[in-house]
Amino acid sequence: MAECVGVDSNTSGHSMDKSITLPPDEIFRNLENAKRFAIDIGGSLTKLAYYSTVQHKVAKVRSFDTTAKLYEISVQEEVTARLHFIKFENAYIETCLDFIKDHLVNTETKVIKATGGGAHKFKELIEKKLGLNVDKEDEMTCLIKGCNFVLKNIPHEAFVYARHADSEFRFQTANPDIFPYLLVNIGSGVSIVKVESEDQFERIGGSSIGGGTFWGLGALLTKTKRFDELLQLASKGQHTNVDMLVKDIYGGSYGCLGLTGDLIASSFGKSATADKEFSKEDMAKSLLHMISNDIGQLACLYAKLHNLSRVYFGGFFIRGHPVTMHTITYSINFFTKGEVQALFLRHEGYLGAIGAFLKGAEEDNPNQYSWGENYAGSSGLMSVSPDMNPMQRARSGTFDMLEMDRLERQLVNLPLLQDPSSYIPDTVDLTEDALARDYWLYCFEDALDGVVKRAVASQPDIPEAVVRAEKFRQKYRHKLLTLRHQPFAYGSLTVRSLLDTREHCLNEFNFPDPYSKIKQRENDMALKHYQRTVESLDALSWEDRQFALVSGVLAGNVFDWGAKAVSDIFFLNLGVDIILGVMPFVRELLSRGTEVVLASNSGPALNDVTNGELQILTERIAAMDPVAGLQEDRLTLVQSGSSSPCLDLSRLDKVLAMVVRERQTDLVIIEGMGRAIHTNYYATLSCESLKMAVIKNSWLADRLGGKLFSVVFKYEVPLGKVHHNGATLMLS
Amino acid sequence: MAFNGHQFDDDILDEDGTPSKQLRPDKEMPESAASAGRASSPRRTSNSMSRLRKDSMKKTRPPFPWFGMDIGGTLVKLVYFEPKDITAEEEQEEVDNLKSIRRYLTSNIAYGKTGHRDVHLELQDLTLCGRTGNLHFIRFPTQDLPAFLQMARNKHFSSLHTTLCATGGGAYKFESDFRTMADLQLHKLDELDCLIRGVLYIDSVMSRGLSECYYFENPTDPDHCIQKPYTLENPYPLLLVNIGSGVSILAVYSENNYKRVTGTSLGGGTFLGLCCLLTGCSTFEEALKMASDGESTRVDKLVRDIYGGDYERFGLPGWAVASSFGNMMSKEKRESVSKEDLARATLVTITNNIGSITRMCALNENIERVVFVGNFLRVNTLSMKLLAYAMDYWSKGQLKALFLQHEVQHLSEATPTSMLERAPSPLNAFLCLCVHPGLLWCSRSPAGASPSILTSSKDALLNLLHTPLAL
Repeated sequence: MAECVGVDSNTSGHSMDKSITLPPDEIFRNLENAKRFAIDIGGSLTKLAYYSTVQHKVAKVRSFDTTAKLYEISVQEEVTARLHFIKFENAYIETCLDFIKDHLVNTETKVIKATGGGAHKFKELIEKKLGLNVDKEDEMTCLIKGCNFVLKNIPHEAFVYARHADSEFRFQTANPDIFPYLLVNIGSGVSIVKVESEDQFERIGGSSIGGGTFWGLGALLTKTKRFDELLQLASKGQHTNVDMLVKDIYGGSYGCLGLTGDLIASSFGKSATADKEFSKEDMAKSLLHMISNDIGQLACLYAKLHNLSRVYFGGFFIRGHPVTMHTITYSINFFTKGEVQALFLRHEGYLGAIGAFLKGAEEDNPNQYSWGENYAGSSGLMSVSPDMNPMQRARSGTFDMLEMDRLERQLVNLPLLQDPSSYIPDTVDLTEDALARDYWLYCFEDALDGVVKRAVASQPDIPEAVVRAEKFRQKYRHKLLTLRHQPFAYGSLTVRSLLDTREHCLNEFNFPDPYSKIKQRENDMALKHYQRTVESLDALSWEDRQFALVSGVLAGNVFDWGAKAVSDIFFLNLGVDIILGVMPFVRELLSRGTEVVLASNSGPALNDVTNGELQILTERIAAMDPVAGLQEDRLTLVQSGSSSPCLDLSRLDKVLAMVVRERQTDLVIIEGMGRAIHTNYYATLSCESLKMAVIKNSWLADRLGGKLFSVVFKYEVPLGKVHHNGATLMLS
Repeated sequence: MAFNGHQFDDDILDEDGTPSKQLRPDKEMPESAASAGRASSPRRTSNSMSRLRKDSMKKTRPPFPWFGMDIGGTLVKLVYFEPKDITAEEEQEEVDNLKSIRRYLTSNIAYGKTGHRDVHLELQDLTLCGRTGNLHFIRFPTQDLPAFLQMARNKHFSSLHTTLCATGGGAYKFESDFRTMADLQLHKLDELDCLIRGVLYIDSVMSRGLSECYYFENPTDPDHCIQKPYTLENPYPLLLVNIGSGVSILAVYSENNYKRVTGTSLGGGTFLGLCCLLTGCSTFEEALKMASDGESTRVDKLVRDIYGGDYERFGLPGWAVASSFGNMMSKEKRESVSKEDLARATLVTITNNIGSITRMCALNENIERVVFVGNFLRVNTLSMKLLAYAMDYWSKGQLKALFLQHEVQHLSEATPTSMLERAPSPLNAFLCLCVHPGLLWCSRSPAGASPSILTSSKDALLNLLHTPLAL
């Protein structure tokens, strides 16, 4: 009784402001190497997908045998894979196709995958313009494939909508096990699909009362042609003028059935009895309620029958419209009494295009990799609430982009997480905490000048670095501005996401590692002090030594991006962190016979040591330190898979997870403010854990009720588990 | 407005002529008799028991007139029992007022502009409370209720010491209006209790002759789709779908054990409301007539409109509606459809949706039989056939859609079976008379308890119903 496709293109409503022209060069990026095109043409929007490679600079460290320098830093060109998804209005399709044709260098591409209701209409145009064969793919299959992909690869993909809450969007923690789920796609009709695995799904039902009913019936009742205008009308209307409520029949509530007086007993019931005029707004509102309630009710009945608790809603009826998300949420809450939550997807509009792309890229097997959203290249979720940010709205309606990077490593859960499905990496959700949000946004904006300066300084021999650094400044400042208005743009706003966004922006403008030189200098210096430090530690009594070791680790990380109160003197102490803090600590563990797995960042982030650097440092230390173990198998260096000062324990390198399992790790030490305070402070592990950091930010210290430079030393033992013979994982 | 009743105008009420004289509860009713009657199957009552019961009933019978009322969101449904076994003595005793009410109601089929008596529904030679008579079905729009009350006031209904049995939301909403405008006390009964009792009762009454329940054979084949009787002998469990202004769906496991599974606001009121807005019509009959002349496929977008044929990947036939009113997204198509097409599409949309929700409820509750009742189905064969079709097609023959011969029209929703009279007993007790398949049960409420308390809890009501009257 239903269908999944969009609507005929001839009925599309071009409601956006066309005075803003589409800047093709800004949105179709990396076309030179683009291949594997896919297109999803809906009723009013076209979504284009392609695979491309990006060349960017990376800082590599190389060890030399000379004693003069610890290691050499060389900036190399690296090619990484990136997926581009672009959404624009159908009106621009011809312009866009022309632009793509002109810039397409890769001539291997012969086919473009296509899906969506409008695919057949534009088939000829695409074939003529691009000279590619249009290969049509089943719409629902694409939709499901796309849905699986975003749920797996984007941690904050799904959200719950709460209109009057402090933050409208409450993002869900990514459950590593995404199946089974129910997808309710509300196009012109409704399709209800049960998804059980990557390739297994079934359309278990549907309804003919969907977006087309709202639009068609709404147009008849209100003489308003456009979908968006109808929603506008609805948001201003009073449905109680048109609907017959329980109280209109009962005078109050129908107590013994628990039906409250405000419940709609009969949609449009008043227009049958009262002989009067009804306002367009009221009728549109009543219609919206009627349709949303009906869909919500059916979705609940299907969810119940198939025993599913995760229900995602998508389709053009939903597509980021706060009004429809609210009414659907209300309906689901009503019918399931809160047992099932209505979930929406941040990239819902892209699902078809992503799926079609994946169909076309099957030989590359994109699903064997982990992918990450590139915050620098993605537009993020826009609120379409008209009064919120009119500028953004017009722009988001014109075009929207999503870019995803193929990650070098496949990311998985830390096997020692107590409950992966409830694990939330971030300690404070800035989307919900307005005070903290204001502070951190200000903090990052304030620190921007310093970051730009350091970026320029990191490339002293390249004159155009100044220009690039300026571009970086603009980009990141714009991101911060966007986040101030729309904190939910990239999922939950956190200190971690702010840092990641900055890293992405720096990478975008080829500043892969602004701290490499400083780190090199400091590591070099610290190494010179290593021997003496170790010797003086060894001279201490056992108890004193333990205290000194912990102090060393903590003292090391007294440098931070947000550490405004910290004077410049600490900038000189970078190498202290790892060489004079962490390494002696590790050495102590090793000398006691404990196996240690030392995990460090895969890529550069601020002054954090990278795995590459650590390899060299360890070699050097091993050469001068006779303590057993440093050379032996008992110390394992692994990559964390992360390139951030923070750490998401649900997205760690697969190799790390494997080593942790093999070595029967039973103690996890998380060190540093980014890893142990901003993230993972509340993380519950299934083994002993130790979280240590110094609060280096006075605002945060105040907030936590402590003083600046207070020490956090959090030792937790799960009930009945004390570590014995297993290895220790040190996350540094 | 209904009941403008000119015949009544000259009637003068005899204040003392209360019909309560008929009730003389001066003798204790043998408890065993009633208990025995209750225990036996209501439909196969032995003669001796009937006699016993008759005797007891005589003494506990409420005075005439016997009314039951269902005040819904759109329509008021009134049931009136006309005694046909009135003896000469009674005739003489009967107050003029009562007589004129009887004559007025039974000799007319239209009351005012909007009141109707559905003659074809009349149940004749019915035995109720030991009295034989006819049951009449009258309806008028809820919005005309004030006029009805005005009439009741003019006719001094209250002098008959009548407490009206009423159900439906209006029993609550208009209770104070009844009191202040017409000095009438309402005895409120739960809507859903009444509905189920009504359905069971009418089935039992009818099954003596014509079968009340029927279904459509070959619902998927329009040429061979015929109405067939269905014996509701072993009715449980059954899904009862009551389509009034809105829709209530009940799962009934036994006469006394049921639950409201869910409901939808897309019901008869939505059909009429949307039709009024879309076509300018004003009555249900008008809307239905238009719908029967229209073509919904011009308004709805079908699967084949999108896929050119069936959507095989998902087993969707080309003729299935993909998007109700989906074609109306296009301006040209909006301009090319007729009012009749729109009325038809509205009917199809609402009906299909009810079918869809019902089917899901049946699956969730694991029930295979569905009885559709309610005013929406009155003279609405189109919807009934559509429901029969939808149930059969989408369940692949698993579900059976049943309808009631009378379409229990008003009866299903009304409380023909429950009437209450105020007993002139020194205890000032209330008598609650409830008709049960073939049986009349009289029970007495605790002294001083208001009728609404009696019915506020279903269990309490049932408890009372099973307690024989002892005055």
